[in-house]
Amino acid sequence: MAQTRDKTKQAQVIDDNLKRVYQDMLNEDVPDRFLTLLDQLKEQEKSGADASESAPTQVRSARNS
Amino acid sequence: MSDDPRDEIVKHLPAMRAFALSLTRNSALADDMVQDSLVKAWTKIHTFEPGTNMRAWLFTILRNTYYSNRRKAGREVSDADGLMTEGLSEKPAHDGRLQLADFRRAFAQLNDEQREALILVGASGFSYEEAADMCGVAVGTIKSRTNRARARLAQLMNLTEDEALEMTDSATMAVVSGNRSSAAG
Repeated sequence: MAQTRDKTKQAQVIDDNLKRVYQDMLNEDVPDRFLTLLDQLKEQEKSGADASESAPTQVRSARNS
Repeated sequence: MSDDPRDEIVKHLPAMRAFALSLTRNSALADDMVQDSLVKAWTKIHTFEPGTNMRAWLFTILRNTYYSNRRKAGREVSDADGLMTEGLSEKPAHDGRLQLADFRRAFAQLNDEQREALILVGASGFSYEEAADMCGVAVGTIKSRTNRARARLAQLMNLTEDEALEMTDSATMAVVSGNRSSAAG
């Protein structure tokens, strides 16, 4: 049926554009802040776990920089 | 420590940003949303079932963050910084493709639920079932949202008009060729 064919074509045109828009967004550079955040979360957890295992003090808050 | 599923999160950052951008249509809001979601994902990693789709899990956190912020704000975060509607200086499409700028404009006019369903199913490659799971709705709901989203986009971009034109053309052709064959016969 012509109607079905047109509908498919219409959906195709829309999805093609959709993918292009999405791809453009995917191609954007990821800001450093997110990588920094992930590193911080990892660090925090490490020092948090150490603190709970050993002394509940903040001796480890001093970090090498 | 090397099999910590959280090590995989970094791989999904571009997709997380893309999804956040599609929802918020504002890069500053999107980045804040990604940031909040990363903290949640990190601290709630025990809710992730190893072996399942991590991207789906992260997207679920993102959308929950978005909708809970929207509820708090008491309104849809509207008009964005024009990110989605930004005009790209593109040459008019000669191959029947729509101009991307037109599409972005139309896409930004969809409601959140429609935009979300379309991005998940139409662009990110999730199945209807996965998308339904992520959105916490029935599969039929996702299907109808994507259908309505496509119909609305078609309407906004005058796609239906083009089709009508096309159909008129083929009808004319049929009449012409019909006349010709009847004249010949």
